[in-house]
Amino acid sequence: MGHTKVDGKPNLKIRMKHRNVDRYVFFALALVSLLTLGTIIYFIFAEAVPFLDKMRLVPEEQGTTSKWGEHFTDTRLGDLFTSTWRPESDREEFFGTLPMIVATTVVTLGAMVLAIPFGLSAAVFVGEVGPRWLKDVFKTVLELLAAVPSIVYGFFGLIIIAPFVRVHLDVVSGSNGLTAALILSIMALPTISSLAEDALHAVPNTYREASLALGATRWQTIWRTIIPSASSGIIGAVILGMGRAVGETMAVLFVAGNAPFLTWNILRPLRPITSAIALDMQESVRGSAHFHSLFAMGALLLLITLIMNWTAEWFHGRLLKRQGLKGG
Amino acid sequence: MTDRSLENLQDGITKRSMTQWIAFSLLGVASLFGFFFLAFILYWIIRQGASAISWEFLTTAPRNMAQEGGIAPMIIGSVYLTAGSLIVAIPFALGAAIWLSEYAWKGWWLRAIRVTVNTLAGVPSIVFGLVGLGLFVYALGFGVSLLSGMCTLAMLTLPILIRASEEALRAVPRTFREGSLSLGATRWTMIRTVVLPTALPGILTGSVLGMARAIGETAPIMFTATAFLLTQPYPTSLFERVSTLPYHLYGLVQISNFYNETKSIQFGTVFVLMAVVTLLNLTAIIWRTRVRRKKAW
Repeated sequence: MGHTKVDGKPNLKIRMKHRNVDRYVFFALALVSLLTLGTIIYFIFAEAVPFLDKMRLVPEEQGTTSKWGEHFTDTRLGDLFTSTWRPESDREEFFGTLPMIVATTVVTLGAMVLAIPFGLSAAVFVGEVGPRWLKDVFKTVLELLAAVPSIVYGFFGLIIIAPFVRVHLDVVSGSNGLTAALILSIMALPTISSLAEDALHAVPNTYREASLALGATRWQTIWRTIIPSASSGIIGAVILGMGRAVGETMAVLFVAGNAPFLTWNILRPLRPITSAIALDMQESVRGSAHFHSLFAMGALLLLITLIMNWTAEWFHGRLLKRQGLKGG
Repeated sequence: MTDRSLENLQDGITKRSMTQWIAFSLLGVASLFGFFFLAFILYWIIRQGASAISWEFLTTAPRNMAQEGGIAPMIIGSVYLTAGSLIVAIPFALGAAIWLSEYAWKGWWLRAIRVTVNTLAGVPSIVFGLVGLGLFVYALGFGVSLLSGMCTLAMLTLPILIRASEEALRAVPRTFREGSLSLGATRWTMIRTVVLPTALPGILTGSVLGMARAIGETAPIMFTATAFLLTQPYPTSLFERVSTLPYHLYGLVQISNFYNETKSIQFGTVFVLMAVVTLLNLTAIIWRTRVRRKKAW
């Protein structure tokens, strides 16, 4: 009745207006996620830029100038990709992050060597070979594995895997790249298996039927038909699993050994980017070169994971598109 | 067909089935790994940790550099932090999910927000820690506090909650919506009276999963909310630091080179953390299965 005009006709215009308010309220709430991502990118880069910027602006021979004080006298942009990391020192400070970048690479690749075969095998077996109930149980197990807090994985690595690696491989310290890679491979497993299984599941049943009808065995069907048609999704799953391994902090902090020295040897103690940030942030003074250098590493980490996520998304989109075409 | 070619064919078939048998066995063995590992880690934690659990351990504060006493402040702190983060995140997450499932029109915005949610889910947890430090601790001046930690964890759980809620909303059948609309309800009335109540169990399940994720996170709160062995164990305001289960474990491991007496307390802390996380997850999984089975439509 509230929307009724004096002449008795309902005022549709007003009702339509009211009807549209909710649409914009919920759109605004949805935009919060966009805002959150924007804030993350902005704050990481805003705190990283002073580091890069001042390093470039202050020439080497100029001595103690600029409001940034003596911190930046001997550093240049290129130093970020050198191999000496000595952020707090009385004489000269070095901000080479190459040891951390190499460590992250070594540990992640090491983890993938294990996680990819195990993760994909499990996905294929459970999705294509085993019975239906196995799949339900398996998905639950993966969900529980994915839910284990990373610090618990780290603790497990420290108490069980590190001593094992030390004794059996006869190295000085069990806290090294290999132990970190082992833990990370377990942590990447649920992501890889679960998403790869989804990709296999998305392959239309007509493909299986056609291949079997031509006389192929089940294995030939899986190997030559189903896996190739799901390959985009499988690649996406592997990239996402890798992204998880790159960004993992607490587990790696416990078991990687944390030595900031440049080495490609997986049996040496390593300090990946994430550990470096977590370790040093508590000691660094706000606004110091050290503080900003950690944000610069954070920016690098964010950039790597964003690129990985978007690549995975692109592969996933390709899978969907291909299947869309098939349906039509 | 000659005898010869038939023989060849039979050879081929045996060879093919051998290959298949070998391949399936290898795959089967590889897929056992996940089961084996989960069983092992649970067994290990229960065996080592259960003996540390006592009424005193669960209800008192740590004493003597955490070598004695319990972990009550950490349990309380983790609960505060996690509950707070959900209170901050749920309105936004639910709103976004409602937009995605009920209002979104196909096009640029929908794609942008979907990609955003997926991207947020892939941001490393340490990056959330850095952002929390830059934004909440320094820029907004909350300091290292419960409030900063809540907001940081809210950012982290946002994508999880959005995805779970959207899935729950999408599971509501079209006919429910059509029925409501055909009775003259506006879209918002339809959502409020039909869609949300139907999707509520699913949304709650998603929230429980988000909570399980938030309670175990360490990296986002280590510079924004928490500290090891606080002089004042229980926070009295939003602007104070809190003790949390995962950070307490981290602290114990860090000092264990000097104090070796904390082993059983470390295992006890891991046990409590894992018990909480696993129970939350199992509850959500079982609840979800029951809801799906009970569906009349």
